Amino acid sequence: MKKVKIGRAVCTIAVVLISLYLLQKLLMPKYVTDVIEGALIAEYYEEEKDHDVIFIGDCEVYENFSPNVLWDEYGINSYIRGSAQQLIWQSYYLLEDTLRYEKPEVVVFNVLAMKYNEPQKEAYNRMTLEGMKWSMSKVKSIQASMTKEEHFLDYVFPILRYHSRWSELTADDLKYMFRTKKVSHNGYYMRVDVKPAENVPGGKVLADYQFGDNAYDYLDKITQLCKENDIQLILIKAPSLYPYWYDEWEQQMEDYAEENNLMYINFLKLIEETGLDFSTDTYDGGLHLNLSGAEKITRYFGQVLKEEVGLSDRRDEQELVLRWQEKQKFYEQDRDEQLEALQNNQ
Amino acid sequence: MLFTSYEFIGFILILFAAYYLTPGKKQWILLLAASYLFYFLADPVYLIYILTTTVTVYLAARHIGRIAEEQSVYIKENKTSLSKEEKKAYKAGMKSRQWKCLLVCLLFNIGILAVVKYTNFVISNVNSVMKWAGSNNQLDFWDIALPMGISFYTFQAVGYLIDVYRGVAQAEQNPFKLALFISFFPQLVQGPISRFNDLKEGLFSEHRFQADTVCRGLQRILWGYFKKMVIADRILTAVNTIIRDADSYRGAYVFVGMLFYALELYADFTGGIDITIGIAETLGIKMAENFNRPFFSKSIKEYWRRWHITMGTWFTDYIFYPISVCKPMLKFARFTKAHFGDVIGKRLPVYLSSFVVWFATGIWHGASWNFIVWGLGNWVVIMISQELEPLYERFHNRFHIKDKFAFRLFQVIRTVLLMSCLRMFDCYRDVPLTFKMFGTMFTEWNWQILWDGSLLLLGLSGLDYVILAAGTILLIAVSLMQRRESVRTQIAVKSYPVRFAIWFGLFLCILLMGAYGVGYDASQFIYNQF
Repeated sequence: MKKVKIGRAVCTIAVVLISLYLLQKLLMPKYVTDVIEGALIAEYYEEEKDHDVIFIGDCEVYENFSPNVLWDEYGINSYIRGSAQQLIWQSYYLLEDTLRYEKPEVVVFNVLAMKYNEPQKEAYNRMTLEGMKWSMSKVKSIQASMTKEEHFLDYVFPILRYHSRWSELTADDLKYMFRTKKVSHNGYYMRVDVKPAENVPGGKVLADYQFGDNAYDYLDKITQLCKENDIQLILIKAPSLYPYWYDEWEQQMEDYAEENNLMYINFLKLIEETGLDFSTDTYDGGLHLNLSGAEKITRYFGQVLKEEVGLSDRRDEQELVLRWQEKQKFYEQDRDEQLEALQNNQ
Repeated sequence: MLFTSYEFIGFILILFAAYYLTPGKKQWILLLAASYLFYFLADPVYLIYILTTTVTVYLAARHIGRIAEEQSVYIKENKTSLSKEEKKAYKAGMKSRQWKCLLVCLLFNIGILAVVKYTNFVISNVNSVMKWAGSNNQLDFWDIALPMGISFYTFQAVGYLIDVYRGVAQAEQNPFKLALFISFFPQLVQGPISRFNDLKEGLFSEHRFQADTVCRGLQRILWGYFKKMVIADRILTAVNTIIRDADSYRGAYVFVGMLFYALELYADFTGGIDITIGIAETLGIKMAENFNRPFFSKSIKEYWRRWHITMGTWFTDYIFYPISVCKPMLKFARFTKAHFGDVIGKRLPVYLSSFVVWFATGIWHGASWNFIVWGLGNWVVIMISQELEPLYERFHNRFHIKDKFAFRLFQVIRTVLLMSCLRMFDCYRDVPLTFKMFGTMFTEWNWQILWDGSLLLLGLSGLDYVILAAGTILLIAVSLMQRRESVRTQIAVKSYPVRFAIWFGLFLCILLMGAYGVGYDASQFIYNQF
């Protein structure tokens, strides 16, 4: 009798746990066809981790730089750990997380995130944090990022967050319950469509142009972490016309780079040098670059990495070449499919 | 700490584990610590209020108890030497001492409640009068916090004190045990209002872990969460949309809002009580039931016997009866009999006592005129029903419909509608506005909103309505099943897979359909604010 009871209890617990696990898997967003930015962070863990350059930052890195071009033209093996509205503390903890797996020679950080001094939006937090593997870095990143309405437990058991998604499930939710589809090119989110930048709004007058203390603290932490690991940190400002980048902000970043002996590149000042044309090189009116724009500034940046940083060309490494051949195929296939879809829509 | 928060669930889990690991004799101490922690987490300042009530009620009850003991010893010792008159005079003297002590303590504690709860209401009325009289002077409102559950624990403490005075309950010797009775955390938020004699056994005795009892408690908690999170918190969106924009939502919307609010309040309050009683049950403590399928009542009077039962019986035992038999009332009864004859003379004192009770019920629910009018509205309806009773009786006898299902159904629907109408005072929280909105149901004919899709613009999707409809059907089905015996008992005799499917299914309903987490506003239980 006792054995029967124990057996029944074990079966019950098993059924409950398995059911909840399956439900959680089903209900979590899959980010494979819509809002694919949510899948970027997790894709990193599927990679061989021996990158020369790691980009960290928001959409201004994952939509504006193409690791394929860096490899193809300079033999630089890079990866973008970017996500939508990635806040600076999220970038810091992502860097910490990355360093658990590899030690790149260069880390590139896009400084637009300096404008945010406190947690912003739950939806963006989710897209950055959910993809991270569990570690103390993730725990700290969640704690630093949570808005008032959020709860840590919702990250531990995402079913509590997505419990009401059952009413909007699609076939993809079932299809990608246990597997995923590659959506990025080493973290790069490719777009080939064109929407010229016209009537880009200027910056509104701000009450205070000073970046916040919290943002500076994390920038210091990123700098320190790179120094400790003998990594060169490069600060960049991607050439997005909007959100507006103020002169006062620029000055603060230039000062910071100088004080800390860091390289700082503002691509907004290099429009001619990079050859960017905002009538053809952006897909959303100047917020983000399309493939053509991303390839242009990546070519320029590759030159900097080669000549000023001195990164070596690794195209003599057979294993790496084979890996990138696969990636290049996917890159071209994605590009062709998007172009074809565009033509069909026209 | 909301009952629906993760923190509360964590708090309960930790307490539960600690409770059954604690030696039986010390379990009540753990409960006391947990109750005070619960109260402290709400706001440390609140502790001052509950401690003051506990200490004063303890001291007063002990004093009253000692007088009773003294009297008993004295009479025993002088059994033969005292004449009947001397005994009577002695008892009267002792009773008078007890009464003075009771009165001081009652006035003090009801005074605290009155000050924290009603000061701003009084100031607001004084200001209105001054404005009406043409004065430009206005009194400043007090910035005073209303301690959580003060109406509930004050009533519970005062009830205990009166019971000691009446000799119904023995004065508790241990102040900490009394502190637990007054502060027992599950009931602190929204009742039920327990009696000392009913609760002490459960609170202070040893409880060993019993799987069946714990399971039954958990089942009750689940059912409570289902009502609160799947039904009440879902329909809340539509109710708020309607009542917060009275200019836009008139006519049929008012009718819809009125019915939705009835459902929300029922699911919210009974759900909260289910959680309270369920938590107590998992700890081996049996609490008084607060509801008995109230929406199946055939009259308002019956409804009030089945809704918020512990509050109703409290008002009856501690206000209605004492007023009915107090000297001035008996004098008044003699006066009315002499001047208006037997029929009216008998009724007027009862009406007056009821009036006081309903006024108190109204103002207990909230310090505003809408609650007072709501309470008195109930009184008017009950008195009219009572007066028309002979007429109804004649009608029933003539048409032989009293036992017909259709007529009983009519009575039930009539009661639900009447109660829902009265609750509009609670919804709109403004007496003239309530009357105005009630009027629009008859003057503005926009009933097409019931089928033209307008209801989908109240913040609820079609799916939400499906869930609400299914939830309501389930509530009705469970209520019907309860007529035979407890639904949990009925489920308990089913096979294990069936039982598991039912309870796990209910859990999944809450998990998936509950209105909680990001995107949903954490909603307090409605009765928290009373």
